[in-house]
Amino acid sequence: MLKPAAAIAGQVVLYGAFAAFIGYFATDPVYRQIPDDVAVLKVSFSHLGDRECRKRTPEELAKLPPNMRAPLDCPRERSDINFELDIDGQTVVKHVLHPTGLYKDGISTMYRRLEIPAGTHTFTARMQDNLKLEGWRFVKEETVELKPAQAMVIDFHPDKGGLFFQ
Amino acid sequence: MTFEAHCRRLVRAPFQRCEEAFDRVFGGRHNPLRHLGALGLFFLWIIVGSGLYLYIVLDTGVDQVYSSIGQITEEEWYFGGILRSLHRYASDGFMLAMGLHLVREFAYGRYTGFRFYSWITGVPLIWLAFVSGIGGYWIVWDQLAQFSAVATTELLDWLPIFSEPAARNFLAPDSINDRFFTLLVFIHLGVPILLLAALWAHVHRIAHVDHLPSGRLMRGTAATLLVLALIKPALSDAPANLATVPAETRLDWFILFIHPLTDLSSPAVVWTALFGLTALLCALPFLGRRQPAPVAVVDPANCNGCTRCQVDCPYAAITMASHPTRPGYQVAVVDEALCASCGICAGSCPSSTPFRSQERLITGIDMPQLPVDALRAELEAKVAALAGEARVVVFGCAHGARAEALAAPDTAVVTLMCAGMLPPSFVEYALRTGAHGVMVASCRHGGCEYRLGERWTLERLSRQREPQLRGRIPAERLAAVFVSANDDPALAAALDDFKDRLRRLPAAGEPLQPYLRRTAHHA
Repeated sequence: MLKPAAAIAGQVVLYGAFAAFIGYFATDPVYRQIPDDVAVLKVSFSHLGDRECRKRTPEELAKLPPNMRAPLDCPRERSDINFELDIDGQTVVKHVLHPTGLYKDGISTMYRRLEIPAGTHTFTARMQDNLKLEGWRFVKEETVELKPAQAMVIDFHPDKGGLFFQ
Repeated sequence: MTFEAHCRRLVRAPFQRCEEAFDRVFGGRHNPLRHLGALGLFFLWIIVGSGLYLYIVLDTGVDQVYSSIGQITEEEWYFGGILRSLHRYASDGFMLAMGLHLVREFAYGRYTGFRFYSWITGVPLIWLAFVSGIGGYWIVWDQLAQFSAVATTELLDWLPIFSEPAARNFLAPDSINDRFFTLLVFIHLGVPILLLAALWAHVHRIAHVDHLPSGRLMRGTAATLLVLALIKPALSDAPANLATVPAETRLDWFILFIHPLTDLSSPAVVWTALFGLTALLCALPFLGRRQPAPVAVVDPANCNGCTRCQVDCPYAAITMASHPTRPGYQVAVVDEALCASCGICAGSCPSSTPFRSQERLITGIDMPQLPVDALRAELEAKVAALAGEARVVVFGCAHGARAEALAAPDTAVVTLMCAGMLPPSFVEYALRTGAHGVMVASCRHGGCEYRLGERWTLERLSRQREPQLRGRIPAERLAAVFVSANDDPALAAALDDFKDRLRRLPAAGEPLQPYLRRTAHHA
């Protein structure tokens, strides 16, 4: 062990180094998540795919126990969901979402994070939640000016008219 | 040499050099690198203490959570602000101490055999510490919290554990409500409680646990954190706003380094690394499996149930049970799975005295690979062969400095599995059978392979612990040195110095009577 004075000086230096190490790496170096001129687009939704239900005939209903006479006969499985997103006319997301659950009866979900240059862009989102049907059931197109570091969300909610930009 | 052993050796050499350099400044007892576990616990108590106050003043409303923390930082900087800073910096200190503790135990190969349990129970602690630390940053709900919350949930979403993407909880400003912070606080309290429970399990198989480091080390560390809190108080970033993305964040790299790592690679790479590392840590005790050494053996006929071995065992491997043949007496029982084969128990046994006149010395608890009887025979033979004016017996430790290299006509070297294996009566025995001096070379403070060997040795030789060195032993004929495996030159120098001192001692007035076991009836 060093002489007391030298040991105390050494301890001050080492405690100081510890403080400097903790103090510096507790906040630095600054982490840059995205470049200056970039905005972020989050495409995300959680939606139950459609299913083809059949109306039961009065005869069929009569054969069922009274407590089980549901007018519609619906399969358990949900349809896959098709989704596409164009930015300035170019397709950047093209995705088929599968229903969750062992019996394919759960929601279909999606979360995608895209970095795009800030500025004005035209977004076209298309979604079809019943693949037995042709075309797109939900389409939303909008031109948006995105500021740097702005976060824009493309979501889906039936109460908000289907696809919406936020 | 296996790959694992090679890696260990690469880490061990620099770590040990750092420890020994710190010894020069702090001394072994106050050396932070030798007490990393206890230091980590000290940081944890600072976190708990400061966290309790922060919990009291925290308002978990979505709009109030940021302002309530900001208020204590700015308006109560002299108390709440300092506590907040201590909370943050102690958390960083805890992560650092935990990481170094892991590296140290790996470097010294302390993860196989009887140490398996402590090693394995330490692995979940790492996860719990990071879960707690990352969640703690979210509570502030500033831009750093937003960045961490989004990045963490995006990372979690790679795992097929949620029916809906967890990151959807942070899509837009209206996604968050008051209940989120209530839940977050609950988690931030619950996980550390789990951590404390896991810590209890982690040290469960260790006796005489250092729950806190030395007072001097605690004062120094607390003062350092306090000064840091005053110079650079922990502050919040701008309030979180989910309509924007924080382009720049001042990350706490001790806890949140995982986010840049994910950005640089991918969630798949990060999870593979995390699970792979966890699996590797769990597998390490099996990869580095070594030949188990014979464990301590109890001889009930010579065990009087004094409990000294039970008290001194560093790994709680010894319990007491009813004596099989002597009603009302106890006998030591060794748990083979816990026994470190250090021999400290043999050193603590009052029956391990070499002055007993039996031809074959059988003690109460002994090590099959180096029985006390063999130790006595080795000592007798080597002392009888000594010649010169300063005849010295050196008791060395197999894990410390290489005492064997000092063997000479006037120097007899007896190497023990641990210095703590030495019954103090052997010192007297050596002096009374022909040695002029005895040197006990133990490991440095905090550097004992078996945790407590050097401490027990010092306490026994300084008559603070049973079995004590008898009072009739002249202090000038005994030297205790504390040396590591890197201290061969220091041990040689200490021996030369000791011999010089012995040569200068007056021959007259020798208080110790010579002893010859074969003709003596008692000590």
